Amino acid sequence: MRENPLESTPPDQTISPPSVIGPGLTFSSVTDKISSIALSRRTPLGWFIGAGISFLLAMLMLYTIGYLVLTGIGIWGNNIPVGWAFDIINFVWWIGIGHAGTLISAILLLLRQQWRTSINRFAEAMTLFAVACAGLFPLLHTGRPWLAHWLFPVPNTMGVWPQFRSPLIWDVFAVSTYATVSALFWFIGLIPDLATLRDRAKKHSAKIIYGMLAMGWRGSARHWHRYETAYLLLAGLATPLVVSVHTVVSFDFAIGIVPGWHTTIFPPYFVAGAIYAGFAMVLTLAIPLRKWYGLEQYITMRHLRNMSKIMLATGLIVAYGYMMETFMSWYSGSTYEKYMILNRFRGPYAPMYWSLIMCNVVLPQILWIRKVRHSVAALFAISIVVSIGMWLERFIIIVTSLHRDFLPSSWAMYQPTFWDWSMFVGTIGFFLSLMFLFVRFLPMISIFEIRTILPEAAVKE
Amino acid sequence: MNVYGLMAEFESPTAIVAATRFAYEEGYRRMDAYSPYPIEELSEALGVHHSRLPLVVLIGGLIGCFGGYSLCYWVSAVAYPLNIGGRPLHSWPAFIPVTFECTILVAALAAVFGMLALNGLPQPYHPVFDAPRFELATRNTFFLCIEARDPKFDIEKTRTFLHGLGATDIVVLER
Repeated sequence: MRENPLESTPPDQTISPPSVIGPGLTFSSVTDKISSIALSRRTPLGWFIGAGISFLLAMLMLYTIGYLVLTGIGIWGNNIPVGWAFDIINFVWWIGIGHAGTLISAILLLLRQQWRTSINRFAEAMTLFAVACAGLFPLLHTGRPWLAHWLFPVPNTMGVWPQFRSPLIWDVFAVSTYATVSALFWFIGLIPDLATLRDRAKKHSAKIIYGMLAMGWRGSARHWHRYETAYLLLAGLATPLVVSVHTVVSFDFAIGIVPGWHTTIFPPYFVAGAIYAGFAMVLTLAIPLRKWYGLEQYITMRHLRNMSKIMLATGLIVAYGYMMETFMSWYSGSTYEKYMILNRFRGPYAPMYWSLIMCNVVLPQILWIRKVRHSVAALFAISIVVSIGMWLERFIIIVTSLHRDFLPSSWAMYQPTFWDWSMFVGTIGFFLSLMFLFVRFLPMISIFEIRTILPEAAVKE
Repeated sequence: MNVYGLMAEFESPTAIVAATRFAYEEGYRRMDAYSPYPIEELSEALGVHHSRLPLVVLIGGLIGCFGGYSLCYWVSAVAYPLNIGGRPLHSWPAFIPVTFECTILVAALAAVFGMLALNGLPQPYHPVFDAPRFELATRNTFFLCIEARDPKFDIEKTRTFLHGLGATDIVVLER
């Protein structure tokens, strides 16, 4: 009689899910590998080169801001009728990128997706830095950033208050809440790992700095119990928050009556687009990081494949959004809506529209092919293509709707100036500078969460 | 000598959970276990079941919700009423996004600061940090500390008891 293979294996092996990280890792090897990246005295030469270039670009951003504040926003290309251009395109682009970090850290936690564990820390850092870049654009677009506190309900001698019926003030509340909650979530996740760094650090100064940041964390079971509760509650709070943020961002457009903006599909279509762009950015960052720091055991091909599948799914939702925009412009029976879509197809910005369709709808379909999902180089290339496509999407939504709205006598073309580009490229440098500092000084993978998914972490009864 | 407790070291999560269960059954209550990652069974073995944290977060969320809505109402209808075509000043649908964001914000702040406060953090010094190998508690080692304020604590008897549980190393901690 043949033996039943299921009966011959021990019960704990049949029920345990397939591992998401490489084999042979232990508590000590995981701890030492990840903490050594932050604690090592020797900084790799590549880090200096990358951080140096990013820092120079960040300086370009500071220079642009300085010139902008001294001169006024006239140095940018936006003017009536295109009163919103790069400042809002880049704001929406950056905010959207941030959404993947919260999705990975909160939604995938609630859905018990263990593979999130290797990528959540740096995805959360990405969120935080992307939101910082995003916030700069509306702040500087006010022209007088030193009066930014007027956006908040602060009692003042003028007796003036913000307009709570305006989506722009909803945006202020949504984005500042999002930035705060993302920072809290990130820092709470870091506390146990900061304690690990404190205990592993050899240098006295490092011990003191990490020790202060760890706030005396000692890994007590009673503390862990509350910590896990807090982490889960934060995830539960961040999940509706992340959906609300891009919904409110889309309200900035959808509440207006400009053709192409006044549509109910905007909130879901914006949220899906945000996750699409965000996962593209996570891939763009994860692929070089795992290579340079030898983290292939932690960020495995399975992670990259899963992310590419999410990109494929959200990309299709975005494609549905483009289809619905086209359909509704015909179905609405409105002359202006119909003209808006024909202007996108055939107008002066048509090359950008078709590039957007190419980048966001056509090219990512090769992710259906298994071989493409298994190729790191192909995934990296597609992630860049999607980032460009999502930027073009915001350009099309904002510029094509505004430059030809209702009265042909007030139509005009929009051209970005050098300072538009320098601000945009500068924020990319600022973002990458922060990322470089983060991977150098903080654990880029959550050490304590990796410990929980190791085989030796299971309590055998 | 003013004793804080006895700190026993264990090598595996299974060992520390078993040891904690035995200690709890033996009648020890004033004790704590230290691990490099959260172990659900371990807090259960210590008799930790409920946390007040969800209540703190709920209260925070309610404060945010009522605060956010009241802010919108007070500003739009009381402090700075704008008559735009006779539209109602108390336009509640327009107040929902800000109310929602304030709810999430205060609830999240309550979750983080409530957790830190209930855990007594930041706490720069704690007697357990004096244990010579305690640095490994954030790496790969598990500790069980039976504190001297436990009524059943007796330095010799407790030490023998911990030895019997398979502790690899036992040290006396001073206050």
